[in-house]
Amino acid sequence: MHDQAISWHAAWPAPRLSARRNPDRFIAITAWLGAIAVTTVFFWIVVDLIRLGGAQLTPAFITNAPTSAGRAGGIGSVLVSTALILGVCLAVSAPLGIATAILLAEFTREGNRYCTAIRRSLDTLAGVPSIVFGLFGYAFFCVYLRMGFSILSGGLTLACMVLPILTRTAEQGLRSVPDEYRYAAAAVGMTRTQTLRQLLLPAAMPGLVAGVVLGVGRALAETAALLYTSGYADRMPSSLADSGRSLSIHIYDLAMNVPGGEPNAYATALVLVGLLIAINATAVWLGERWTHRKLSTA
Amino acid sequence: MTMTPDTLIPTKPVAVTVPPRPDHPPIIRAENLSVRYGDHRAFDQVTWTIARGRITALIGPSGCGKTSFLTCLNRLADLVPRCSVAGTLDIDGMDVLSAATDVIALRRRVGMIFQKPNPFPVSIRRNIALPLLDHRLCDRRTVDDHIERTLRAVGLWGEVKDRLNQSAFCLSGGQQQRLCLARALALKPDILLLDEPCSALDPISSGVVEDLIVSLRGRYTVVIVTHNLAQAKRIADDAAFFWLDGGAGRLIEHGPCRSVFENPAHPLTRAYIHGARG
Ligand SMILES: Nc1ncnc2c1ncn2[C@@H]1O[C@H](COP(=O)(O)OP(=O)(O)OP(=O)(O)O)[C@@H](O)[C@H]1O
Ligand SMILES: [Mg+2]
Repeated sequence: MHDQAISWHAAWPAPRLSARRNPDRFIAITAWLGAIAVTTVFFWIVVDLIRLGGAQLTPAFITNAPTSAGRAGGIGSVLVSTALILGVCLAVSAPLGIATAILLAEFTREGNRYCTAIRRSLDTLAGVPSIVFGLFGYAFFCVYLRMGFSILSGGLTLACMVLPILTRTAEQGLRSVPDEYRYAAAAVGMTRTQTLRQLLLPAAMPGLVAGVVLGVGRALAETAALLYTSGYADRMPSSLADSGRSLSIHIYDLAMNVPGGEPNAYATALVLVGLLIAINATAVWLGERWTHRKLSTA
Repeated sequence: MTMTPDTLIPTKPVAVTVPPRPDHPPIIRAENLSVRYGDHRAFDQVTWTIARGRITALIGPSGCGKTSFLTCLNRLADLVPRCSVAGTLDIDGMDVLSAATDVIALRRRVGMIFQKPNPFPVSIRRNIALPLLDHRLCDRRTVDDHIERTLRAVGLWGEVKDRLNQSAFCLSGGQQQRLCLARALALKPDILLLDEPCSALDPISSGVVEDLIVSLRGRYTVVIVTHNLAQAKRIADDAAFFWLDGGAGRLIEHGPCRSVFENPAHPLTRAYIHGARG
């Protein structure tokens, strides 16, 4: 017992200081290599798109209607259809997803069976291939609800598809807000609604924005789920009940079905990537501004 | 504390009750109050009254349920997962544990300061304005006036008057704790629960907060949890000693501060006070 105590107090061998063995350096180099690889791939794609489609990308290309099945003309009507589909999708999925996230994160206790079931099904749905959502959307919205091939059907199908990822990201965002804020607010007798509005939602804003951006990203990139729901008419839609062609479907069609459509396919892809970046930046900016406004002014 | 009074004094704890003196009518009455987290008992069968307008110190070893006791008084325990409270608790005629109790009104009357300063992640001004506006105690025109008076009351006005719109996180720990105190005082509560309010502070900030607490005597009923026995002795009128017995906290002894510290009736109290001192 006593001996042990003495030997425990004996010093460890002196550390050997050598840069080669520095484990932090290894991690740092690996992390940098990873980061460089990811950015390289991204820039490669963008540079490739600019090289192959940049020449077509003129103001007229953005505003004109496609002619000759898309080989000539622009993507004006396609952009409008895309915006409408995305609008329907977000108008339905963002409120629903954020409301569900609030329910899951704030108004139910941990281990609640019903909530566990919701979470499991959302996680399962997030992994379902989009073509399955397309089939469901076709059967339910187009046929059963008699919406036909329309922007409405497409947007609603996309809403179903992005709902899981949007909800779960938003829930994580709310859960990452420290409990201290909730206790502090409760201790001064603030109601849960006010706590949520004044403190938790602003503090969780980055998570909510991330959820919406991920959802928009998935929706913009989607082809399979739209083929059988919004259809691929490339004329200018006059209402939500019209069939409309999204950017991704336009790219797919030009690349696969239209001989000589590649240059315009690349140009369209360039627009799509540009839009993704712009939406991402805007969402982050809006979120930060809202957080700032809510959290700092009296 | 180095010794374990369990082994030194093999007695069963018995609550030693000193009847409340008639000049200090009780404001808080707990009867057979118990708190559990799932199957784990935090404290058991606490029967106690706390006098109005006095400073009451709650002492005892770590884990004996002091924080849990405080969270019953403002029903903050409702927020803790798997926490259940049993017994009866009466604050100034209000049946606290009843489901019909208006917890919002209760929490307005019973303020709480936490061990770790926890200002809202908003500006200094908004930290105080939020609860005031939420309770509709004043409107946007008069709120600045209330903010200034409250900050003056906690001696923070001079330090922050030029940066009210900065984030509360820009303040030092001691300033944050005083801001939290101001946030609680702004609602003009009757009772203030302080959970080790000085434990995260340096001696000087701690002294400032301590003086502040002393200045509240008479106007507020203060219940303060502290591990600093010297502090408890300095500022408290009454004291209560909790002890961990058989896995759950128990109230061992309570009474006027002097008698608890200088002439403890229970051997466990004596051992704790001496152990902590030595
Ligand atoms: N949220 C919780 N969930 C589960 N158990 C808890 C929780 N909070 C406290 N406990 C348990 O309840 C018991 C009493 O805890 P409490 O925090 O009331 O002690 P305390 O007297 O305030 O201790 P300290 O002096 O260290 O702050 C402890 O055994 C603790 O592990
Ligand atoms: Mg505690």
